[in-house]
Amino acid sequence: MATDTTASLKGAGPVTGSRSFFARLSDGDEIARLVTLVFAATVVLITAALVWELWTNSALPRQKFGLHFFVTSVWDPIMDEYGALPFIYGTMVTSAVALFIAVPMGIGAAIFLAELAPARVSDTLQFFIDLLAAVPSVIYGLLGVFIVVPLMRTVIYPALNKPFGYLPIFKGPSYGVGFLTAGIVLAIMVIPYIISVSREVLLSVPRDQREAALALGSTRWESTWKVVVPFAKTGIMGSIFLALARALGETMAVTMVIGNTPKIAASLFAPGYSIAAVIANEFTEATGDLYLQSLIALGLVLFLLTFILNGVARILIVVTTQKGSGVGA
Amino acid sequence: MKRFAGLAIGVLALCAIVLADNALLINGAGATFPYPIYSKWFDVYHTKNPNFQFNYQSVGSGAGIKQVTEGTVDFGATDGPMNDEQLKAYQDKHNGTGILHFPTVLGADVPTYNIPGVTGALNFTPEALAGIFLGKITKWNDPAIAGQNKGVNLPAEEIIVVHRSDGSGTTYIWTDYLSKVSDEWKTKVSKGTSVNWPKGLGGKGNEGVTGLVKQTPNAIGYVELIYAVQNNIPYGTVKNSSGNFVKADLASVTAAAAGAAKEMPDDFRVSITNAPGKTAYPISSFTWLLIPQKFQDAGKRDAIKGFLKWMLNDGQGSVEALSYAKLPKEVVEKEKKAINNIQ
Repeated sequence: MATDTTASLKGAGPVTGSRSFFARLSDGDEIARLVTLVFAATVVLITAALVWELWTNSALPRQKFGLHFFVTSVWDPIMDEYGALPFIYGTMVTSAVALFIAVPMGIGAAIFLAELAPARVSDTLQFFIDLLAAVPSVIYGLLGVFIVVPLMRTVIYPALNKPFGYLPIFKGPSYGVGFLTAGIVLAIMVIPYIISVSREVLLSVPRDQREAALALGSTRWESTWKVVVPFAKTGIMGSIFLALARALGETMAVTMVIGNTPKIAASLFAPGYSIAAVIANEFTEATGDLYLQSLIALGLVLFLLTFILNGVARILIVVTTQKGSGVGA
Repeated sequence: MKRFAGLAIGVLALCAIVLADNALLINGAGATFPYPIYSKWFDVYHTKNPNFQFNYQSVGSGAGIKQVTEGTVDFGATDGPMNDEQLKAYQDKHNGTGILHFPTVLGADVPTYNIPGVTGALNFTPEALAGIFLGKITKWNDPAIAGQNKGVNLPAEEIIVVHRSDGSGTTYIWTDYLSKVSDEWKTKVSKGTSVNWPKGLGGKGNEGVTGLVKQTPNAIGYVELIYAVQNNIPYGTVKNSSGNFVKADLASVTAAAAGAAKEMPDDFRVSITNAPGKTAYPISSFTWLLIPQKFQDAGKRDAIKGFLKWMLNDGQGSVEALSYAKLPKEVVEKEKKAINNIQ
């Protein structure tokens, strides 16, 4: 989890005495240390290898298109012209829609489960939420195709287009698939993450915090909203960024409902495309070096996007925690 | 540590079991479209000739061409023939020796649609199909469509075009056909496993296109004939080069190959879309095995030659059970001669 909970353990290395290396080795401490060290180092190595591979294998488009790759919206494998803009746009828009829906719902549900619901209800629901988090994304894709897409055409589109059709984001026709459909399916997928992590964080808020608030005369809701939630803010933020990371990289479910059209449109009903979806769709049949490397360059762009958003997330956490709420969760 | 030792012995034993089956392993990779028939062929061939084990991975035509060029597999397979550039790349990598194309079976694309109130098979002219996919014909009651479908009540609704979003041999055949029948398509879009579509929604795989067409009123898309037949999807007829509206089936697809067989080039790299012949279905295509001309390993060479001979004789007998159209006789004879070019 992207919280600071592990930070306090940072310095806790093995207890090293004056005994010899081999003595320590024989009773296992040293072995455990080395083995876990190798495991930890693997994570760093894999990240480095990933960046290296993405970088070296995308040399051709970097030379040919340079920074234009980010602002061109043509994707033509026949003419060998590639631009990442529609895919970056689609990835950001669908993730934004997903978070817009999932954050209030997820945090609301987590508050209910952690603070208001009886323990038995909370634990039972938690079981189902964990189950939902483990469902493979292709299942959510099918849910999207068979339930969300028809609903979109018959219910959601008329409900939004009629009253709000003058807004650019709700203009135009709906084909059932598109940015909004993908965003809704993504929201359904990431809500369990937000609930699950936020609930844990809320539950770990010390009891005296609540009691102090109640003792000062606040109501149950006031103590929850003004004391417990701010105290757990860092952890809740962590859950949101976990959800964002999942939404950005989701492939299967998105490609099934986004319409796979590399176009930029203001309307959320319009079909679009995402980075992960185009890579999954075109990688196997990509002949030609420039084509293949442009797809790998898209992978690099997705990596950068995740990296930047994660960085922004960290800064946000630092800034908001400095404003005086609870430190750590 | 004892447990580790036990595990190690277990792993070693497993390796030994795998190695004990000492059939000569021949690896191939490529097109997904013929995968069902290839896997059946390789399975049957292994039972008859236990010394040879063919291993085929359906990773896609593009990856198949790439892998055989790089020499990571013994043979490749593709739905669209390799172009001159790719052939040259292969020769550059393999000291001037080339790669051979061997047609194995035939496939076809069919137009499928979902128009409320229309149940029968619609007739499509090449001009209508090109116009629809170029985005020039936008309504179902356009004279270009309605003129060939007298008595069908076509609505004045917008046509929603659905195409494949994943790179695919199916798209290659479809765009190859449109390039032949429409100059505008040829210059604007051209042919390939993925193209820059002027219009439409993308669906992943045949099932993705079918799903979108079924769920979207007034949609049209294209799928493989086999897929349409096995899933009972209604599809339209297409006007061929002789002016007849032909419904795709195994016979009309084989007829298209027979029509093209007379002018079959020696390297078998031929497109049979819009082929001549009264009964030929115009959106048909071969699918090919890619066999290196020169093998370092004589054992593998003989195994592949043996398989090709078997495929052309006995193998062809089992293709129709899996809804593939079989090769016409002329092509089989020509291929038998070509096997001798493998050294």
